[in-house]
Amino acid sequence: MTIDQTTKNTQGVRLEVRGLSKHYGTRQVLRHTELVIAPGEFVAIVGRSGCGKSTLLRLVAGLEPATQGSIRLDAQEVGGLHGDTRVMFQDSRLLPWRRVVDNVALGLPAGSHSAAADVLAQVGLAERLNDWPARLSGGQRQRVSLARALVHSPRLLLLDEPLGALDALTRIEMHQLIEGLWQRNGFTALLVTHDVQEAVALADRVILIEDGRIALDERIALARPRQRSDPLFGQLEKKILDRVLQQPAHETPANEPPWPATPAHGLRWAV
Amino acid sequence: MTNQAVREIQVTPLPDLADAPGLGGPAWAGRTALARLSGTPWLRDLGQRALPWVVPVGLIALWQVAASLGWLSTRVLPAPSEVLKAAWALSVSGELWTHVKVSAWRALAGLAIGGGLGLALGLLTGSVKFFETLLDSTVQMVRNIPALALIPLVILWFGIDETAKLFLIAVSVFFPMYINTFHGIKSVDPGLIEMGRSYGLTRWQLYREVILPGAMSSILVGLRFALGLMWVILIVAETISAQAGIGYLTMNAREFLQTDVVLVGILLYALLGKLADVLARALERYWLRWHPGYQSATPA
Repeated sequence: MTIDQTTKNTQGVRLEVRGLSKHYGTRQVLRHTELVIAPGEFVAIVGRSGCGKSTLLRLVAGLEPATQGSIRLDAQEVGGLHGDTRVMFQDSRLLPWRRVVDNVALGLPAGSHSAAADVLAQVGLAERLNDWPARLSGGQRQRVSLARALVHSPRLLLLDEPLGALDALTRIEMHQLIEGLWQRNGFTALLVTHDVQEAVALADRVILIEDGRIALDERIALARPRQRSDPLFGQLEKKILDRVLQQPAHETPANEPPWPATPAHGLRWAV
Repeated sequence: MTNQAVREIQVTPLPDLADAPGLGGPAWAGRTALARLSGTPWLRDLGQRALPWVVPVGLIALWQVAASLGWLSTRVLPAPSEVLKAAWALSVSGELWTHVKVSAWRALAGLAIGGGLGLALGLLTGSVKFFETLLDSTVQMVRNIPALALIPLVILWFGIDETAKLFLIAVSVFFPMYINTFHGIKSVDPGLIEMGRSYGLTRWQLYREVILPGAMSSILVGLRFALGLMWVILIVAETISAQAGIGYLTMNAREFLQTDVVLVGILLYALLGKLADVLARALERYWLRWHPGYQSATPA
């Protein structure tokens, strides 16, 4: 199983978000969000810290339940984790006690060593198969994390600020890598980023979330591969950035809620 | 996509402070002086490996000289040569091995019972919130009772035979294993668990692939603590009353003023304790070989 196969598994999924709301206690993070993403589209979500963009991504991923509203993948309602969806997090979240190739093969049936090795070659890490994650640099770890997401041939790839912790040069290379893999595989991609330039460089559409609502939905009609030197690129970037900065930052206390990941005792057991 | 523009950042363990220039300290100055004197790296390596032995060997030499010259009475502290002779006599007669076997069996059985229970209970309370609420505070209260203070009670309950000794060792070994296992499970990175869930791992797979390996370094710390405690409690337990074992050997020798045999007993305890620690560290080095702290500083 490689991600070169053009079965229906690698075709993008149509994502529909209707009336999605989420609140943590008294704090309303998302208000009746409506969003439709066509199959194979690359959509970027930008916004200030705490605007709810990561929350939206986590709700679509099924990592958290919505308070209200529905999420549909190909017209089927989903609640919770879905096998066709894969997430790439801001920190690479590799298991340090498994070698790189075993990390990529996580969740695959036994004997998927060659499939994992193939995908690692596609992200340019073929020679680091048997290394421990601690030996890799930050950019390399994110590439392994990308390989791990892609080896399952997801139809929806969710990227939660994956390049935030990387240096500028590595980020540019990762843009090229992500764009190339997306074009090759045709999955639907949803990228959350604080970097407007990154959004314009990668996405077909840029969405701005402000106060839990979608405030801007801008189509990026630039040819690929995107050239940063293109004057139209700069114009679009400026337009979106101006719109983002229009709204002054709130004095609200905590930004995103505390990392709501699962502690070990949060699992429920059936014995 | 080329790798040339990507700067590789290697994760290395903290550098050895002795190699940093400008840091004072007589020991470090001595080491660098030694390094300068010995030209070849082979000699320098040997020098570095020999250095930890200088103090103990020196002390033993001093002791031997003092005993031979009559400064130390044999009743107080016999010469090392006497101790070695006594050890040789005991091992030839087979007595030494019998006693070592009995003591080792007691220690390991106690470790298996107490450590095993501590591990199991720690896993349970760490993983299932209900059991944590139910059991953890009770365990913490009981933990504060020193096992050795229970000796009179233990004698009343179990008499003075093997069960009493095993009980004492098991009780002492239980708590470090429990606490470290509990803490290990609790401190597994929740982000990794979330990632595992989102990648389709079942709960048991999650436990086996993410939670247990994540808790392993804490569990191994608990094991090392338990091993150290095991020997101490064994020594005390064997003084209660015994028919065999290193403690019996030592107590018996004391009755007959055979100080050299007493020293043999003490040395045996020390050697066995060191052996247990070496084994635990070997386990650690194997199970935690992925950890940057256990890897050499060579670049990948």
